[in-house]
Amino acid sequence: MKKRKERIDRGIKARSGDIFALSSWREMLYLAAPRLIPLVGFLLLPLILGPYWQKVLLSVAVFALLAISWDILAQTGMVSLGQALFFGMGAYTSGTLNFYLGWHPLIAIPIASVVGGLICTVFLLPVLRLRGIYFSMVTLIIPLMLVRVVEATKIFGGTEGLSGIASLPSKWIELYLIMGVLTAALFGFRRMMGSDYGLILKGISDNDRSVMNAGINIYWFKTQALFISSCIGAFSGAFMTHVYMFVGMPVFALDYSILPIAAAVVGGPGTLAGATLGAFILVPLSEILRGIGGLRIVFYGLFLVVFIVALPEGIFHYVQSKYHQFERWVEVE
Amino acid sequence: MSTASLLKASGLYKNFGGVQAITNLSFELSQGELLGLIGPNGSGKTTAVNLITGFVKPTEGEIHYRGRNITAWPPYKVVRLGIARTFQMVKPFYQLPAYKNMIIPLYSPRVKQRVGGKFGDRDAVALDLLEEVGFERDSFVAYKTASVLPQGYLKRLELAKAIALQPDLFILDELFSGLSLAEVAGIVPIIEKLRQNGKTIIMIEHRLKELFRIADRILVLNYGEKIAEGKADTVMESDVVKKAYLGSE
Repeated sequence: MKKRKERIDRGIKARSGDIFALSSWREMLYLAAPRLIPLVGFLLLPLILGPYWQKVLLSVAVFALLAISWDILAQTGMVSLGQALFFGMGAYTSGTLNFYLGWHPLIAIPIASVVGGLICTVFLLPVLRLRGIYFSMVTLIIPLMLVRVVEATKIFGGTEGLSGIASLPSKWIELYLIMGVLTAALFGFRRMMGSDYGLILKGISDNDRSVMNAGINIYWFKTQALFISSCIGAFSGAFMTHVYMFVGMPVFALDYSILPIAAAVVGGPGTLAGATLGAFILVPLSEILRGIGGLRIVFYGLFLVVFIVALPEGIFHYVQSKYHQFERWVEVE
Repeated sequence: MSTASLLKASGLYKNFGGVQAITNLSFELSQGELLGLIGPNGSGKTTAVNLITGFVKPTEGEIHYRGRNITAWPPYKVVRLGIARTFQMVKPFYQLPAYKNMIIPLYSPRVKQRVGGKFGDRDAVALDLLEEVGFERDSFVAYKTASVLPQGYLKRLELAKAIALQPDLFILDELFSGLSLAEVAGIVPIIEKLRQNGKTIIMIEHRLKELFRIADRILVLNYGEKIAEGKADTVMESDVVKKAYLGSE
């Protein structure tokens, strides 16, 4: 009996393209697995991990959200170097609402996500017409400026920050709130970018004149993408404020701008899933390396370089293409 | 609103720094006409189109469309009034299939009003429109990524994107350049069909022979100035035009 190898994705793609005609559970599993694995993972991880790694998971999810927020902007043609602006604005808004007005965190967080997102959008509205590196420069500068503003004017606690902010009711609410939001953001925005609306956003980054020429106001669409992105960033900031029970100048730190970019680039930009995967690799990696001590950043940097040199298109794109190349042995008559 | 004129440009000037790209350009265009815009390289043809469509703001002068002053309107607003253009350099979204390229014009508010397309339906509309410009339905060519399509199809795609916007005035910027005679012969009937439907067309062309066959009127630019206007044969007979094209002596 002769055998040959056959790619398994093609038949399945053909059968699931227009009319759903999948017969076997194995074929369905092949299609569903890439969605099920992260879903089940997000659900189970908080239960499996110990208290220390649960804390790490919180920060993984927060950086994953920031990376998703960066990726949406980047796909619309706006390369931001200032995710810290979104993060910090959400953090200060939620902190202020809780500290001065005594709002419950579960109310303050959603409101801070939207209000923080709005404030960031208004901040960046004047520079929306700038392209490429000019837009990036402005996003880099604004959070650094805001730190000095807080320091100089001593508003919102000045250099001391605001401490004694209420925490979320329980550890489990904390964990499942952030995992739930991450799941919703990952799948929801992936779907959005795959729709006709997402096509317009990607079109703007590809060739904005052509999109303008189709009677579409690109600045209005860029504003929408900016608002979506800054709301995601503001949510992660607002969330972290109630985890740390503190908000202060560090929320505008460069880490919140750079690490999401590293996560998106290592994971594979343009997919959102890559950004999430990148955060799930880089943040734990940085925790593991903590044991090494002084040379931690050096090793971390080396890892980054290795990833980028070995898989320049990103880990997600690599894994995706390998997944599509799975083969099986079939009998040849 | 003046009776017959659809588009009216009066006293347009445009300088880029010290370069005088357009000098005192005035012309009128009536409904259903096909105007050929010709001139040597760098004579300001594309700048003239950019002024009308709002990609470039004039230094001086006014543009009226259906009696409305549209001078310095942003491009997306100009399109919504019913003026669609194609670009000389085709820039499709190369990584997308041809029919997905059509989604962007189909998403525009002008089309939404008229077709009411929703997510999903647009694909079908896109395939219909592409068939109109010669993407044979049974050949899968509409499903191919734009990056593998030959120039002839890319130009047709560019034209289909303009048709999708359902404009009344088409501005076609060197649609025939870079195409073989056979490919041009394939596109001419599409343009003739647009004319039968009462559409007004401005064509910028270097392929004079093909242009003269279909144009009602020719406008010749040289160094940003209008040097001649009229029927094709009379225009080409005039000394200034000969001089502009062939040089003095």
